[in-house]
Order: sequence, then C-alpha cells, then structure tokens
Amino acid sequence: MPEHHADFAAAFAPGLLDPDQPTPDFVTGHSGKAANLRFNVYRNNVTASLLAAVGEIFPLTRRALGEDAFRAAALTFVRDHPPTSKLVFEFGHGFDRHLADRGFAAGDRGWIADVALLERIWLDAYHAADEDPLAPAALGAIPPEKLGAAVFRTHPAARLVACRTAVVSLMAALKSGDDTDAALGKARERPAETALVTRPALAVDVRALDDAAVAFFAALVAGKPLGEAAGEASIHEGFDLAAALGAVLETGAFASVDVEESS
Amino acid sequence: MTHSTPPEDVSPSRFPAGPLAGRAGASFKPQHLQAILDDPAPAGFFEVHAENYMGAGGPPHAALKRIRERHPVSLHGVCMSIGGLQPLDETHLARFAALVKRYEPALVSEHLAWSTHETTYYNDLLPLPYTDATLARVVDHIDQVQSAIGRPILLENPSTYLLFEDSTWEETDFIREVARRSGCGLLLDVNNVFVSATNHAFSPTDYLDRFPLDLVGEIHLAGHDEQRDDEGDPLLIDSHDGPVADDVWNLYETVIRRAGPIPTLVEWDSDIPDWPVLKAEAGAAEAIMRTWDQPEQRYA
Repeated sequence: MPEHHADFAAAFAPGLLDPDQPTPDFVTGHSGKAANLRFNVYRNNVTASLLAAVGEIFPLTRRALGEDAFRAAALTFVRDHPPTSKLVFEFGHGFDRHLADRGFAAGDRGWIADVALLERIWLDAYHAADEDPLAPAALGAIPPEKLGAAVFRTHPAARLVACRTAVVSLMAALKSGDDTDAALGKARERPAETALVTRPALAVDVRALDDAAVAFFAALVAGKPLGEAAGEASIHEGFDLAAALGAVLETGAFASVDVEESS
Repeated sequence: MTHSTPPEDVSPSRFPAGPLAGRAGASFKPQHLQAILDDPAPAGFFEVHAENYMGAGGPPHAALKRIRERHPVSLHGVCMSIGGLQPLDETHLARFAALVKRYEPALVSEHLAWSTHETTYYNDLLPLPYTDATLARVVDHIDQVQSAIGRPILLENPSTYLLFEDSTWEETDFIREVARRSGCGLLLDVNNVFVSATNHAFSPTDYLDRFPLDLVGEIHLAGHDEQRDDEGDPLLIDSHDGPVADDVWNLYETVIRRAGPIPTLVEWDSDIPDWPVLKAEAGAAEAIMRTWDQPEQRYA
C-alpha cells in the first residue's frame, strides 16, 4: 500500500465533517465509477446523525430558535466541536456557549443559551447513577442537638444551576402548547432563576428555587453543615427551616446525611 | 419506582438463559417497553446497541433490566472501531465488558468498521481497505475485545458505498481469515450483503457462496433506502428505517435453506413503527426458519 494510504483513516476522516475537502483519491466505485456521491453518503451519515443527536438533546432550544436557526447552529457546532465521546448522549456540552459565542443566542435571545445549558444538564441527570434519595428516617435519627452539624451528600443526579434568565419558566413556556409566544413574553420578564435538577427515581425534575432555598441548597451542596446553611439562608425573607428540610427530603437532591463529630 | 444497581459477582446467572435456536428477535426500542411487557409472546430475543446503555444509571438500565428479566438479550456494539488502525479505547472496552457481565447477553457482536480517528468520534460505521495490514490489526483488536469480555464475539459484515484501490482481499475472504485467526464467530447481515452487492455490482448469492456460513451465530435483517451514484445508478443505503425488502427476504431464505435456522434479528432504528409491526417482521423470519428446520429439506 502506498505510504500516504497506509493510515487510511487519516486521509478519510477530514472530509467527513468538512464539505470543502475533496473525496479521498484512493477510494472508487466499481468498474472505474466515480466515488464523489459515494463518499458523500459517509459525509451525510456523519453529519445527519450528529445533527439528529443535537436535535434530540435540545428539543426546547430547537423550538426557541426555530428550525432554520437551530439547524445552522447545530451544523456549526457539529463541525467546530465534533464528539470526542463514543456515547452520543454525552454530546452537546458547550452548545450553550456556542449559541452565545456564534450569535445564535445573543442580545435579547441570550435566554436561549440558558435553555440549552439546562437541557444538557437534564440529560446528565437522566443518565446519572441510580441511588435512593435520602430517607426521612435518616434525618429523623439525628438527635435534635446534633442537627446543626449534619452534612448532606448530594444525589448523583442533582445539580443546582444558577442562570441569568428565568430559565425554568422559559422552558415551561416553550412546552406550553397553546400560546407559546405569550407565555415566553411573560417568562422573559421574570427575574433570573436558579434551577434545581433532580432524579430521585427515574423521572428528571427541574424546578426553580426561591432565594432562601437557593442559599440553603447551595450551602448544603457545597458541604456546609445544616446550621451554617440555615444561617446563610436566614438572611432571606421568609426562610423557614422546617419547610427547607421538607424540601431537602421531597426533592431527592441528597442521598445521605452524616453528623460532623468535631464541634 | 426505584431502581438499584444489580449486585456484582453474583453467579450463577441471575437471568433466564432462553434458548435462541430457531428464534427471531427485534431491536429493543424504549418506546416499545410497555407493549413488550404486555405481550405474552413478544419475540425470541431483544438486541440493544451497547453504547445506549453505557450511562451510569437511569431509565435505560431500568428498562433493559426489565427486558432481560424475561428475555434473552443480544448486545450489539456499534463504536468499538475494530476496523481502525489506532488502538482500541480502553475505557470503552471496560464499559463494554461491564455490560456483558451485567446483562449476560446471549449474543455479543461488533462491526467490521471504524468510527473514531484520533479523538473524534464520527458516529458512523466507516469502511476500511482489505489488506494484510488491516487484517492483522482487526485480528489484534478482536483478540483484545474477546480477552476483555472472556468470550468470542460475532463480527458483522458491513454495508459499504465505495471501494479502496488498495484492497487486496475479497471481503468474504478477509472476514473468513479474521475469524480463523481470532476465533470469533460471524454476524451475517443479509441486508448489508444485498446493499453492498448492489453498490459494487456483485452477485449476493456468489457472496453467500464464499461466506463461511458455518461460523454464523446471528443474522441481521433490516430495511434500506435507495439513492443514486455519480453515474445515476442505484446506490443503496443501509438505513434501518423501514421494513425488510422482498429481495432481502429471498436472500435470507437462501441462507436458511442452506444453513438451517440461525438466530435472526430484525433491526429498525429510525422511523420506528409501533411494536406489532416490528414483531410481525420478526415473526416472518421465524416462519422462514420453521420452513427449513429439518436438515433433509436443505441442500449444502
């Protein structure tokens, strides 16, 4: 085999995602037939399958951008950032930044990047490791005087995502079938939201937390003991420790609890 | 419902074995889960693409566990890149081996193709030239996979759309030699034979004459699309998005008539129909196998 053909993949690969690359000169059809449209089958398979993956991972982003803009955004993303993981469900990290950087979600469309970010995190939660969420009994077993030293371990699926826009409301608006434009208009006027993403069993849940709950959950996720988390949350109006502990259990955001002995 | 990871290192089998002789199976698609669970006799086995179950947890594993509790499963890898020159991805190989251990599949298969170059994953089954050098590399890679999972794999013949000027082996001879040197079995994709035969103007029955049918542990059937090549002639695309074509059914019957019943899988990966449609395709394959299940009916 000629030396330049020995690494056939090195010569075959560049054209797969770059339409300006010519058909490799060592491929052919039978009986001397040309291989341009034949090579294009591979180009099309690669590009179309990756575009389809982006479309499946980001259905609400697609709805928000519209079909043409989404396709253009996905195509540039696939070409600029082709997958490095063989697991297609891991593809698409950084699509939110791509949308912002390449002007697809700029200016008053900046919120669309937040939707993309949260859709990607949704899929991470979907595939996260299985673990039973913290049981009420585990919390109940801690003597009241030691509760302040309780430290929580975050559930494998749980993520707290601070966004610049009302991302949870915007996603709900995109899902509302009736009058999406009106719902989006309202959601865009809402203040920024922090999303809590959880999957205590098999269903992914995305909800917006109020400021007190954000402070409380953020402190717990950071590994701070309950007493300290409550202190940080209590500067926000309406913080209620009992309700916050109820949310800790109900959301499934945590998997276990321990009491720090050194106090 | 909650779902916990199955315990490790539990033996003997935690799942029913389920003989596959004379049985046809179907691609398992998550949207069919409930219909399959509600069906008293859904199919002989279910095949999954291994990579879709390489996440840590969540609904994919919960669904596959429920299927596996009732049915034999075939684990079909699509991105090991066995046909590439670069070393196999050790992380991916370990994930593949873990799936084999976890689900105890009746069949394990991969493709004669490559999909990764350097660090980019192209998400397609890409072709390779058939040379002494690629043959040696493919054999090494299969050895590595078989060592990792502790059992032989079935290697699938590809659909291809172009040829390499550098190829010095016929595909059938290449595959036969790979099997001889590596000890792997073969997955004969009859639709791929028909697609490649059309695209490269050879006779599909001649191909089958040269193919080592005695090494075939599984057959694949699927639908294909038709495009045109540079000269305007038909170019078939292995699309898995429709029913099996009549020509492919005829070719399948030729194989079964010669070789007897072989576990057969109907693949359907996009434009997925309701479960009864896919089930009927698998049923049609079983009907053909029943017709030719007595050795005296067959000819060599």
